[in-house]
Amino acid sequence: MTATVSGLLEAKALRKSYRGRVVLDGLDLVVAEHDVVCLIGASGSGKSTLLRCLNLLETIDDGIIRFDGREISDPLVDPRSVRREIGMVFQAYNLFPHLSVLDNCTLAQVRVHGVPAGEAADRARALLARFGLADKADAHPDALSGGQQQRVALVRAMCTRPRLLLLDEITAALDPELVGEVLEIVRAEAEAGTTLVLATHEMSFAREVATKVCFLDGGRVLEQGPPEQLFGDPVEERTRAFLARVRS
Amino acid sequence: MTWAPSERELERQAVRRRLRLQQTAIATVVTVVVAVGLVLLVVSSPGWDRVRDYFLSWSHARDSFAAIAEGFWINIRIFLVAEPCVLVLGALVAIARQTTSPWLAPLRLLATGYTDLFRGIPSIMVVVICGIGIPALGLSGVTSSLFWLTTFALVLCYGAYVAEVFRAGILAIHPTQVASAEALALTRAQTMRFVVLPQAVRRVVPPLMNDLVSLQKDTALISAVGVFEALRAAQDYQGYNFNGTPLLVAAAYFLVVAVPLTRLTDWLMRRQIEKEQGR
Ligand SMILES: Nc1ncnc2c1ncn2[C@@H]1O[C@H](COP(=O)(O)OP(=O)(O)OP(=O)(O)O)[C@@H](O)[C@H]1O
Ligand SMILES: [Mg+2]
Repeated sequence: MTATVSGLLEAKALRKSYRGRVVLDGLDLVVAEHDVVCLIGASGSGKSTLLRCLNLLETIDDGIIRFDGREISDPLVDPRSVRREIGMVFQAYNLFPHLSVLDNCTLAQVRVHGVPAGEAADRARALLARFGLADKADAHPDALSGGQQQRVALVRAMCTRPRLLLLDEITAALDPELVGEVLEIVRAEAEAGTTLVLATHEMSFAREVATKVCFLDGGRVLEQGPPEQLFGDPVEERTRAFLARVRS
Repeated sequence: MTWAPSERELERQAVRRRLRLQQTAIATVVTVVVAVGLVLLVVSSPGWDRVRDYFLSWSHARDSFAAIAEGFWINIRIFLVAEPCVLVLGALVAIARQTTSPWLAPLRLLATGYTDLFRGIPSIMVVVICGIGIPALGLSGVTSSLFWLTTFALVLCYGAYVAEVFRAGILAIHPTQVASAEALALTRAQTMRFVVLPQAVRRVVPPLMNDLVSLQKDTALISAVGVFEALRAAQDYQGYNFNGTPLLVAAAYFLVVAVPLTRLTDWLMRRQIEKEQGR
């Protein structure tokens, strides 16, 4: 009906519940191409759930998700065709413990995207080097620090050059200096044409990197806007209260 | 507050239903075609008439039914006694092999030797050795009941298999699980008992069922020392009446116990997984 402001990704009246417990309740979200959308909100407000719904890891109860103009919440759509173009970094990293860092990063490139093994490895090594992990390519994930694992997860997702990246708390395990570096890379990625949706608890990170910030509350996006506006002059009382709490 | 699915969602549900129906239809058609094909293949074989007369005689089935039931009751009893013993023995042996204390080195050695030995010997030999050899020793205080001796033999054999199944499950648990249990200051035994084993057991339920069903079938091995269980009863009838139908009757008895048991554990496991993932 309202196909006017069609973004790359669009969620309309999204609903998701677990055993009668409603987590997303009529949520609307529009992500335009080259956007960096930051999802903020209290713990348990449904940020991770929303990200999982967006790449069809969860079946939604109601609503519509459109990606690149196509309704992907249609049961006839092959989820894999969607996920080929959407990268995801999980809150708990979910690296494959039986594969080396390099193999973690080349698996999907080679098996899903048909990239020749040598080229896939080159791309992975280049990205790992950008994240300061050049010497860890042959290590196994369990032998890495939390922050290193987090960056490997990011590399794994970026390796396949997805059009859209869904990032769940990618800075939670990083020191401030690394947060700065990841911020640079995320920004460069956005400028290079990737669209990003990230859930974060780090308001300063959101302020720096976002083109749009969405505050999740009660299963919907209660308020959204450019970071200056949402952090500087929020309209909703609850947004104000939340920001006051996380700032103090 | 109240939520009614949108029109689009109803549409989607209809599509999903249609897809499911389609899949069920395909599954049914394929199954029927394959089954009918197999039946036709067997029935059209040149010797089918003779096979049918020998194995599928209704009157012989009826006549042997009671005798085999009596024999099968022995199989059931052995199975009921042996199964819990096998599980306990298997778990203990698996745990013993995972201990690290230097004091327990002989125990580890014993456990390893036990699994190697009893996995390597054909079960029927163990049954015969226990059933005939142990009474022949003439030890006082040791039972000479074939029921208990053969049950003991089966427990020994299957304990070794099941121990390896448990051990595989224990080894499959990610080391971070042990680390977080130890970080909570749980002892190694507590870690094993409350963190590792519960997860390990769940992972190995299907192969465990394999071994338990196999044990149930192998209760027929005790016929080797002359116990009159289901298979022996069937063979006895077959020998007297020159008809093999009782063998199929005996097979049906085994199936009637094994199939529901497997279905039940499958269902229990699926329910458990659904509960944990909150679906
Ligand atoms: N598989 C599940 N089964 C049942 N409830 C779930 C499941 N996954 C999430 N939930 C519930 O959904 C709500 C939202 O969870 P979600 O992980 O999306 O929160 P979040 O906003 O990402 O929180 P955080 O900031 O702590 O990561 C929570 O209340 C959680 O208990
Ligand atoms: Mg989360």
